[in-house]
Amino acid sequence: MAEIPTSDYPTIDPTSFDLIVSSTGLSASLLAAAASVAGKSVLHLDSNPFYGSHFSSLPLPSFLSYISSPSSPPNLYSDVEASSQSLPEPSRSYLVDLVGPRLLYCSDETVDLLLRSGASHHVEFKSVDSSLVYWDGKLCSVPDSRQAIFKDKSLGLTEKSQMMKFFKLVQSHISLTRSGTTTESGEEGGVMIPEEDLEMPFVEFLKKQRLPPKIRALVLYAIAMADYEQDNGDSCKIVVSTREGIETISLYTSSIGRFANAVGAFIYPMYGHGELPQAFCRCAAVKGALYVLRMPVIDILTDKESNKYIGVRLASGQEIFSSKLVLDPSYQIPASLSPRETVVSSNLSSYVAKGVCITDRSLEPNSANILLVFPPKSLHQEQSTAVRALQISGNVAVCPSGFFIVHLSTPCEDAALGKEYINSAMKALFNSRELPAESVQAQTKEEGESVEAPTQEEGETKPTLLWSCAFVQELREASYDGAVSICPMPDANLDFRNILSTTRKLFQNMYPGEEFIPQNSAADNIDDDADEGSPE
Amino acid sequence: MHGRPRKATKQEDPAAAAAKSARLRVLQSQLLHFHHNRIYTKEAVSVSSKLLDINPEIYTGWNYRKLAFQHNLKEVSDTDTDTETIKSAIEDELRMVEVALRRNPKSYGAWYHRKWILGQKLVLANFDHEFRLLDMLLKADARNFHGWNYRRFIARLKDVSEEEELKFTMDMINTNFSNYSAWHNRSMLLSKLLRKKVKGFHEEESILSDEFELVRQALFTDPSDQSGWFYHLWLLDQTSTPHKPHLVSSWPSDKLNIEISAQFKEKCERFPIIFCFNQQVDGVNLATVTVNSKLVSSEHITWKPLSANNSRKSKIWVAFLQNFNKYCDNSEGLSVEISLHCCESIVHLKFLMKLSHMDHQGKNGDGFEELFLWDCPKSQEINPYLVSYDPWRLRVESVEEDAKWHLDTLSAEIALFKEMSECDEDSKFVKLTLARLLGAHNSIKSGGSSYFEEILKLYDDLIKLDAPHFSYYRDERSLVLLDQMTSSKDSLVEYCSRCENTSFSCINPQLCINFSGLNLTRIGFVERLLWVQILDLSHNNLTSILGLEALQLLVCLNLSHNQIMSFTALEPIKSLQSLKVLDLSFNEIGSHPVDTTRYLCSSPLSHTCNVTETMEELARENIKIGDFWEAILLFESLQLAQLDMQGNPVTNERFRVLVEKVIPCLKWLDGKPVR
Repeated sequence: MAEIPTSDYPTIDPTSFDLIVSSTGLSASLLAAAASVAGKSVLHLDSNPFYGSHFSSLPLPSFLSYISSPSSPPNLYSDVEASSQSLPEPSRSYLVDLVGPRLLYCSDETVDLLLRSGASHHVEFKSVDSSLVYWDGKLCSVPDSRQAIFKDKSLGLTEKSQMMKFFKLVQSHISLTRSGTTTESGEEGGVMIPEEDLEMPFVEFLKKQRLPPKIRALVLYAIAMADYEQDNGDSCKIVVSTREGIETISLYTSSIGRFANAVGAFIYPMYGHGELPQAFCRCAAVKGALYVLRMPVIDILTDKESNKYIGVRLASGQEIFSSKLVLDPSYQIPASLSPRETVVSSNLSSYVAKGVCITDRSLEPNSANILLVFPPKSLHQEQSTAVRALQISGNVAVCPSGFFIVHLSTPCEDAALGKEYINSAMKALFNSRELPAESVQAQTKEEGESVEAPTQEEGETKPTLLWSCAFVQELREASYDGAVSICPMPDANLDFRNILSTTRKLFQNMYPGEEFIPQNSAADNIDDDADEGSPE
Repeated sequence: MHGRPRKATKQEDPAAAAAKSARLRVLQSQLLHFHHNRIYTKEAVSVSSKLLDINPEIYTGWNYRKLAFQHNLKEVSDTDTDTETIKSAIEDELRMVEVALRRNPKSYGAWYHRKWILGQKLVLANFDHEFRLLDMLLKADARNFHGWNYRRFIARLKDVSEEEELKFTMDMINTNFSNYSAWHNRSMLLSKLLRKKVKGFHEEESILSDEFELVRQALFTDPSDQSGWFYHLWLLDQTSTPHKPHLVSSWPSDKLNIEISAQFKEKCERFPIIFCFNQQVDGVNLATVTVNSKLVSSEHITWKPLSANNSRKSKIWVAFLQNFNKYCDNSEGLSVEISLHCCESIVHLKFLMKLSHMDHQGKNGDGFEELFLWDCPKSQEINPYLVSYDPWRLRVESVEEDAKWHLDTLSAEIALFKEMSECDEDSKFVKLTLARLLGAHNSIKSGGSSYFEEILKLYDDLIKLDAPHFSYYRDERSLVLLDQMTSSKDSLVEYCSRCENTSFSCINPQLCINFSGLNLTRIGFVERLLWVQILDLSHNNLTSILGLEALQLLVCLNLSHNQIMSFTALEPIKSLQSLKVLDLSFNEIGSHPVDTTRYLCSSPLSHTCNVTETMEELARENIKIGDFWEAILLFESLQLAQLDMQGNPVTNERFRVLVEKVIPCLKWLDGKPVR
């Protein structure tokens, strides 16, 4: 015991657990909660002084130092480029999601899980007021329901009827699928999409339905949330199949109206996404998990003979033993122990470019929280990925009222290109008060052209950018090998569905046969009310 | 709430159900006891509360409460005028209604009770509370028409402006456009605003254009939703029909020269003058019509409305010039001038009656010595000038000069729905609306590029596409076909033939209009046929001949091989006083033992019947009058010379006897001379 360097670290007792989780990211917290619910003894650690790890929501200064810290070892965040060193004040009242832009579908599994585990008692949600798409240099609302199509002012009459017809087809397919009818045409005019159509690329199916380009783009990128240009055919990285597209639309439509007090399909947690891992940690704590923050794992202990995992050495010097270990994606593991099985064999991009903006006005009057999609090619002719943006406001307590945070992201191979898309998306949305240091030069070079900017009046209606920052995050998949599992980094998706299914797989690998947070695991501490998780 | 099948009420367990019904019975008999004995004590009223709480549909319960309310209020006002007591009494009633509405939000009795209470205006209603109640109700079911009715009532009571209510309908439509009640209320409010020319609603055309734009969004978003189509229909109506009543046609038409057969002029005792209006009007009388001629002074003329329901309003007004034949002997003929001051305008007519000597050769007697045969050769070319009657000119004049907006709007809508029908080939609403739009366009702009063929094709498609509404489409198709055939002199001449075989009318020339074998199911556009004396409607599918009453000059009418089911359906014939030849063979008269149309028309008890003599005769023949009441009333009013009835279920030997007795002047029955 003499080698304990500081006495700041608490001593942990007992010294042996079923599971040690060293990360309080969403996936890790879910695993801790699930293991606790399954009756395992859990030690939950984090090297940081805060919960959430890469899924946290941090005050602006902490956020900036977190992503620019050279100490976070293997360049998980890179190419950080802030518009200015002087942060908008009070800078600590801006809470920035590391996972942004991100939302929950009212009907998605994350919400079910929150309700099931009782974590919903610790989070409140607000709904996203509107969904926009950037088309022809303008922001248009996404007509995502019958009523929205009716009210939409940008669609032509024929487009309205085409879009509605398509929705009806999808609706009829969904309801027949749910009711379990297997025949290709139900009794009462119900139509199902034939099997071979479900296998074809969604974009081809949309063309087959004779939908015009604009509606195809709306459906693909703003409703089915495709990331990559789908019209490219073979060169497209991820082709969304009709089945997947329909599934997302099905989730989208069933989300609308699930909670009486949510206006659209999406909800956002009060105080940011960092609340979600914390909520699950509380569930785990209720079930007996032990929590220690500011406690890095500095070494992994292995059995000398079998070279198998047996425990960890903490920064306190204490050695704790367990049969299973869950680690943060940032942890560098000795090669001998490095997990070899990736949960998802990935052909994804390896990076996601992100942007965070602080503005003084909403993108759209009368809406506070807005989801916005730039379909491929809407910013650049070569733009091959969709850029998504999410504006959140003071009403979700992430910034002072009257101000807005806008998160942007797009998956990319090449950091520079990804950042270029992010920056052009910012430029399309905002008037910049201060240009990012780097692009000042570029701006002066093109002065001749850009001075005569004809966008004078358009410019007046745009919100002003008070501060912005662009950076690139590496995407890392979850992996496992025997006793050791590594959690995934936040992915480039809009929702947590992927993270959730990965986590479920990790759990099944760790504890085969155990149910992942079963139905009434929260029954003993709450009366399970379906409306609990609803936003106010 | 809508589009969902009604769920069966929850199966209560039999014991509870029995207990409930026993309780209901007890309460009901208690209520009736109190009601009959006029007991309005607190305890008695509370019985009605309990009863209505269980079943708000008991009207007697509500009525009893009204009486109790009045009774108790009177007692209060007799002693002192304590507004607090009145207020609390009112509140009790309103609370009762709310309890009942919670059980059934569509209870007529409850809604009516609430209106009745507030309608008394005893105290100032708490409008905030009423509107909150309405909001709650319409949130639960946005289309509940009781709620909308009540909202109109409250809005009127509070004197809420129509603009404000119009905004409310817009909000409701924006929430869910599949809302008949909201669209309906919108049409009501807009009608009022436009009629009153409220500020901001002066420009009817721009308001209606905006509404077209709005409803288009609904129609194109979901063509299978009916609510928008109904609103579109209302808009179409605003766009196509002139608001003001006006004269559509008349007999005789202006500047007409009428040739009176010299040979038969003795028989022409009554000469009809007919006015046809675009909508029902009243006030056609001596004060509004002046007749100038050396023949008669106006006061000998009586104007009568021709209507099935004995109302004082009608589209068609008729009067007869008596004994005019005496005056048209001289060579100049008889000139008649008529001025009609009606519907804020004056119409002048001038026509001339002259004796014609171009008469049928070798015909003598009264023309009924021989059997009239319906075999006018169709092939014969008819010179259009023979149809000297001209209702079409009047029509063209009546088209408002400022119809440009109407035509433009209709053309735009037509283009739009044509486009829609291309991508949605089987939508019945699109087809029907398109047909209606084209029809409306035709009705404003005659001649030129008429859409008749297109409309007929649309209705033919609809007949195949939408079997449940088959009859409606057939009716509409008949009207379009009649419109087409009568649309101009040239097209009408195609259906004319010269009638050679007999002569029994005094007006020349005698032309037969042959509309046989056209699948007609109803009659229309009679205003263009006022001059017709011989009309062949055989081999159609007519079940009704409503409209024919306007053809006052009709002498021969062929309705054989149609689907007329009863004598009541022939009611319009009763006013055709000049009718001599009637062919009703091969219809379905008498096929149905009960004449279901009878009770829609005037009651048989309302007829004053002077056929006592005939009845006695019939009684002697052992014919039950009751069985043939309608037939007797019909034939007794006519002076037929020739009647064909064969091929109808009603026709048998006894019926023949009856007909011979009821029509003494009959010469031919079923092609055989009458003894």
